[in-house]
Amino acid sequence: MLKIEPRKNRSNFLEVSAPVIAVILTMIFGGFLFLSMGKNPFEAIKLIFWDPIMSPTFSEYSRPQLVIKAAPLILIALGLSFGFRANIWNIGAEGQYIMGALFSGSIGLALYPLDAWFIFPLMILGGIIGGIFWAMIPAILKIKFNTNEILVSLMLVYVAEQILALASVGFLRNPEGLGFPGSRDLSKYPSASNPELIANSGIHVGVICSFIAVVFLTYFLTYHRLGFQIKLIGQAPKAAKFSGVNVNYIIIFCLGLSGGLAGIAGMFELTGPAGLINIDFNVGYGFTAIIVAFLGRLHPIGILFAGLLMSLTYVGGELAQFMLSIPAAAIQVFQGMLLFFLLSTDLLVSYKVSFNLGTNNSNPKSKSE
Amino acid sequence: MSDKGTILKIKDISKEYPSVKANDSVSLDLEYGKIQALLGENGAGKSTLVKIIYGLVKPDSGRMYLNDMEYRPKGPQDARSKGVGMVFQHFSLFDALSVFENIALGLDNILEKKELKKQIIDVSSEYGLSISLDKIVGNLSAGERQRIEIIRCLLLNPKIMIMDEPTSVLTPGEVSDLFLVLQKLSKSGMSILYISHKLEEIRTICTKATIMRRGRVVKNCDPQKISATKIAEEMVGTSFSSPKKSKIRKGKECLQINNLSFQPSDPFGIPIKNLNLKLHHGEIIGIGGVAGNGQEEFLSLLSGELKPSNGSLFFNDEDITKYNVVERRNKGLLSAPEERLGHAAVPAMSLTENCLITAEHRMKLSKRGLIDYRISKNLSDRIIKKLDVRTGGSDALARSLSGGNLQKFVIGRELIQNPKIFIVNQPTWGVDAAAASSIRQQILDLAKEGAGIIVISQDLDELLEISDVFCALVGGQLSSPEMTNELNPSRLGMLISNSIE
Repeated sequence: MLKIEPRKNRSNFLEVSAPVIAVILTMIFGGFLFLSMGKNPFEAIKLIFWDPIMSPTFSEYSRPQLVIKAAPLILIALGLSFGFRANIWNIGAEGQYIMGALFSGSIGLALYPLDAWFIFPLMILGGIIGGIFWAMIPAILKIKFNTNEILVSLMLVYVAEQILALASVGFLRNPEGLGFPGSRDLSKYPSASNPELIANSGIHVGVICSFIAVVFLTYFLTYHRLGFQIKLIGQAPKAAKFSGVNVNYIIIFCLGLSGGLAGIAGMFELTGPAGLINIDFNVGYGFTAIIVAFLGRLHPIGILFAGLLMSLTYVGGELAQFMLSIPAAAIQVFQGMLLFFLLSTDLLVSYKVSFNLGTNNSNPKSKSE
Repeated sequence: MSDKGTILKIKDISKEYPSVKANDSVSLDLEYGKIQALLGENGAGKSTLVKIIYGLVKPDSGRMYLNDMEYRPKGPQDARSKGVGMVFQHFSLFDALSVFENIALGLDNILEKKELKKQIIDVSSEYGLSISLDKIVGNLSAGERQRIEIIRCLLLNPKIMIMDEPTSVLTPGEVSDLFLVLQKLSKSGMSILYISHKLEEIRTICTKATIMRRGRVVKNCDPQKISATKIAEEMVGTSFSSPKKSKIRKGKECLQINNLSFQPSDPFGIPIKNLNLKLHHGEIIGIGGVAGNGQEEFLSLLSGELKPSNGSLFFNDEDITKYNVVERRNKGLLSAPEERLGHAAVPAMSLTENCLITAEHRMKLSKRGLIDYRISKNLSDRIIKKLDVRTGGSDALARSLSGGNLQKFVIGRELIQNPKIFIVNQPTWGVDAAAASSIRQQILDLAKEGAGIIVISQDLDELLEISDVFCALVGGQLSSPEMTNELNPSRLGMLISNSIE
């Protein structure tokens, strides 16, 4: 019989090394996957994990891509992690990301072609408000009618996608775009653009913002009362109630924080790497950030590394597709493996598996021990 | 089998856990047809020893002999088949099933329904364990549930029955019924190993007692021949003073509960009906009653965790009915719920962090929302020192503490905040004798300083010892208060068992 029981003494070493072990296991099993497809596994792993950063041929393109892709993942995952700690499951960050982009984009496009310093900050504010607005819908429904925030926030992603499509072909369409869907290119509108701050580094204001958010939220989680209350709700809801935590307030706060950060991520993506609002604006950062949040163990510093790692598998995965013609689906399987191994090593940090051969202990009386 | 002699001989059993030697060459003889007590504080090694006998834990060394044959159970099932049964403190019964179904499910061998029914009726009538087979367990009292467990155990024809704290959940009437059953069993030749904290009980029914301390057997004696204080001293290792109750000096009224009612939203909750009570400064009101009669709801209504559906609360003439938990706490109304892990404390948080749960505002552990962990750690250190909490320090996780020590901590956390009103549910549940006496003394001291205190407990001896006024909480209703020193056991039993006029 296979039994899973909690470990009495959790080892700090295991806790820290679990993600590393997970990555190594992913490499080994991913290697077998690539081998079974007739590809050279070492070549593929090197292309995914090494070449985007170190190869002289590819890194010039890949390195900036790495931070460009990591920044929205980190921003969104940071917000989600607070809610996840308090058992508030915002699955709809993708929708909040779209709404952030739409709000900020609308502001920028409305003011076009005005040239003023305040436009960009105003658009950031718009992004935050857009994201928060979209996240408040599940929050208020949960508080007032006890609806499930998982379903509501997820459904709102599809609503947001429809609004995005409507905007792309309708009210935000570029009047000089010959009728094609898509708005004006905001990256070419100086007052509203989010350019690279250092040439060929990929670093834009959003990247800086995500690093600042990591530092600030680490501090907030550790030292602020709300950070403590969020941990309290997640670990012992009854104790939180006894302590006097206002659960509704925490619901508003967590959904607001994740919505706001997703919205801001959408704004930076729109004004920088994406440039314009179009039907295919969102590429799934909001969903991948869920994985990033767990990969980073819901801790801001962990999320920083997890975001970079996840981004690496994307950039490296593209490279492997391109160089070895590994199908995109195989790369997705590879990313799935990473999450799978991380979750299983995580389980083994706090639980041990023991094999119990011979006698059957399945009688009801031994349960009470 | 009524011949005298030893049925179970335990020789030099040792069991070591990573942090503690739970059993250190323990030897014990269990005699035919005797009710023998196993006594000791929490952590003395009683549970480990019993688990070894029942096959749940394998000893590191030492031997056991059952009827002079070497006895080495592979597991509980093996132990049962060799004639060793056990009745646990916590019942493992399915609430939604009938008595008969519960018994049938718990058996190792599958029997024909008719045959089993006949056996159950035989056993229950033989030992006076009256029970109706078709009742749903969810509607039964604790005493009836325990009877099911005992019948389940007896159906296997055990020669030895181990009982772990059997009276902890019973009313006085149910306790005396249980004792009759136990005496009948022992007359019929069964040996019973009886584990309890309650010394008076052991003096009533046991003829031999084995006292353990820190994993060793320190004394074998006849509990009927020596005093309870003497036994307690042996358990603790030093002599301890029982709490001194000071003269009742009732002050002004500090808490007034008017027609407090509560209608639970979940179907298993206990409704509270029209509760009225007046608490004065310096007074201790004891609320007795068997678990599940609304104790938890009562405390939550006072602490502010639950909102009453009707009624009002006054604190020194101030209406606090609408105040939330934090506002009530800031006024000086503090409470300590029964459930230590998960309600009063968070298992995976350090003691320093656990201080924040109730002491953040009153003890100023945060400034403008930012937590100062140094002040919090300092507070935690003071609690540890004041109540002699045995732990590795303030950084230790709450779950690493033993039940008794964590209890001292969560009570101490409230006491150190100088409450004006203190409400506590089961202050000494599962706490060893020395710690319990120190907690009770702290509660009495607090009352002497002028605080009004409500102690909710299932331990009647405790309430009789420390409370000035006694009420029984039965089915969500409170009996009218009576002076504790005017109560006699039969009156108590009546109040607890249900008769509210």
